[in-house]
Amino acid sequence: MFRRERSIPLRGSAAALCNNLSVLQLPGRNLTHFGVVHGPSAQLLSAAPEGVPLAQRQLQAKEGAGVSPPLITQVHWCVLPFRVLLVLTSHRGIQMYESDGSVMVYWHALDAGDASLVQAVFARGIASSGHFICVGMWSGRVLVFDIPAKGPNIVLSEELAGHQTPVTDIATEPAQGQDCVADMVTADDSGLLCVWQSGPEFKLLTRIPGFGVPCPSVQLWQGTIAAGYGNGQVRLYEASTGTLHVQIDAHARAICALDLAPEVGKLLSAAEDTFVHIWKLSRSPEGGYIEVEHCHGECVPDTQVCGARFCDPAGSSFAVTGYDLAEILRFSSM
Amino acid sequence: MSVRTLPLLFLNLGGEMLYILDQRLRAQNIPGDKARKVLNDIISTMFNRKFMEELFKPQELYSKKALRTVYDRLAHASIMRLNQASMDKLYDLMTMAFKYQVLLCPRPKDVLLVTFNHLDAIKGFIRDSPTILHQVDETFQQLTEIYGGLSAGEFQLIRQTLLIFFQDLHIRVSIFLKDKVQNSNGRFVLPVSGPLPWGTKVPGLIRTFNNKGEEVRKVEFKHGGSYVAAPKEGSFELYGDRVLKLGTNMYSVNRPVETHMSGASENLAAQTQESIAPNPLAKEELNLLARLIGGMEIKKPSGPEPGFRLNLFTTDEEEEQAALTRPEELFYEVINIQATQDQQTNEELARIMGEFEILDQPRRSASKGDDLLAMMDEL
Repeated sequence: MFRRERSIPLRGSAAALCNNLSVLQLPGRNLTHFGVVHGPSAQLLSAAPEGVPLAQRQLQAKEGAGVSPPLITQVHWCVLPFRVLLVLTSHRGIQMYESDGSVMVYWHALDAGDASLVQAVFARGIASSGHFICVGMWSGRVLVFDIPAKGPNIVLSEELAGHQTPVTDIATEPAQGQDCVADMVTADDSGLLCVWQSGPEFKLLTRIPGFGVPCPSVQLWQGTIAAGYGNGQVRLYEASTGTLHVQIDAHARAICALDLAPEVGKLLSAAEDTFVHIWKLSRSPEGGYIEVEHCHGECVPDTQVCGARFCDPAGSSFAVTGYDLAEILRFSSM
Repeated sequence: MSVRTLPLLFLNLGGEMLYILDQRLRAQNIPGDKARKVLNDIISTMFNRKFMEELFKPQELYSKKALRTVYDRLAHASIMRLNQASMDKLYDLMTMAFKYQVLLCPRPKDVLLVTFNHLDAIKGFIRDSPTILHQVDETFQQLTEIYGGLSAGEFQLIRQTLLIFFQDLHIRVSIFLKDKVQNSNGRFVLPVSGPLPWGTKVPGLIRTFNNKGEEVRKVEFKHGGSYVAAPKEGSFELYGDRVLKLGTNMYSVNRPVETHMSGASENLAAQTQESIAPNPLAKEELNLLARLIGGMEIKKPSGPEPGFRLNLFTTDEEEEQAALTRPEELFYEVINIQATQDQQTNEELARIMGEFEILDQPRRSASKGDDLLAMMDEL
């Protein structure tokens, strides 16, 4: 069971975007960092366990030509082996900051050419794998940036072509020996998933076809892909083969965020139906295939949820943001 | 965000505007032929071919106040006049109604059905005017051509763009409060029961498959809501059952137009921030706006037909009071055209807007206190 904790006030409400909450918890420090997109700005704040916001910072997307100020699509902390960077994607480009958002260390402008006249141009979907940061694009491409241990010498090392429609989300996990070569999965607007092996050159291992609805959020845990779809379904696939193992009719509206608590294999799904569900993933003792069990359901009344994350690796607390809502709601297990 | 959002925003807000005007015209006992003329003039301006051409070009959304300028002009496309307070109220009602429809839209794609509901109703208003009917049908064709081929992902982006446009707008509307679809804090109620979006299964089932794809286990879980499957998908054809009720006319004689203004104080910080930020883009937006509004052809009233003033409030006193007590953060700051006279395109906009000022009926000195009916008596 989970109990509602004191919520954290935001300066601006959360925008209606999927995965609109990033949470960073650094080991050894009693602070949790939150990042939420408001629209043309994003808010970073750190909070003590009782929910009192301590430090706040507003980030803006870099200006450019256009009628309205550029909108931010996502903020996400990337924990790399030697440093933590905050990545902000927008309709103008990709901005990378030191983890507290104080210094921008890298800027990548989107080169849309004529495409910007007929379609929306943006970056969306952020994840790190080893010393790489991968960012998805409106065109379906995934940009791979090589991040040095320190300093701003960030290099665009590769562009991955696997998707034909805008990328929605990227998930990674640390490679665990020979069995787990599939360590990155990318999702797109058509619901297609691409499974990759990271490295000096990324390798496309499998494609898992979509079925006409977008896949706004994806997670990877011990070789299992969890994908949340626009029709409210959560599907679990074997990453190495792309085989479907579990199909959950999980939500009544589009899923907007998934998260994983890696220590315990708990999956969190949040949707526009105002519900957040928590699931426990495991391997069946006989067949070795993936199984799932429903652990908890939480209704956030009259809130179109747009972001949700576990706040600790054991999955004993989680935070939720909602469209038009100027606070971060927090829940922790009793 | 999506560059395909403006036509949907414009048509749906326009549809809501017509519902409200229709209801107020009846409430104020405006004679049938006069009321019909007002709706006809506005609808034919709204669906003007040149204007639609501009509207359907891929483009970003305008700011709230720029869009408000478009509706100011549209509302005055006939012999009817609205003063500032009534226009504010009209725009509040329109925006909150469409915000509700976008928020409650079962699938992102269903925003198209909401639009069709508006167009169907608009066609009802002008069923005796074949020329205007044809204009609306042409727009319908255009919508089908452009939006018929968009993917679910593109519709999701459109819906997100609309929601961001309406973000932080929490005006309380009495019809919504009475229907219990809006809470007293201005937030809408999101039901956890009723029909599901087309293509969504009733949540509550976990199915497990083995390596060969055979189902090996079926377990139910308690979702917490109580839903039923959608009976059928709404029709995206020119004529058909839309199934979805969002976007149909919710006003009637028994359900009049009323608003409560609530100071959206909780979001004051966000709003202020928006307004003090220097906006180097305003000029460019004005240029685009000039092009768009330039496409609206406002017919000069032919003959000596006298105009009249429509009140969105029950009495003139209420209207006056509303103008005085409107919360500061809800001011739309209608664009000041004079400030940018130097630019040619803006001169064009100034000319257009000026033209519509001239069209304005000379207001009699004591008109504030005059009853509308008294004005009509003079005819």
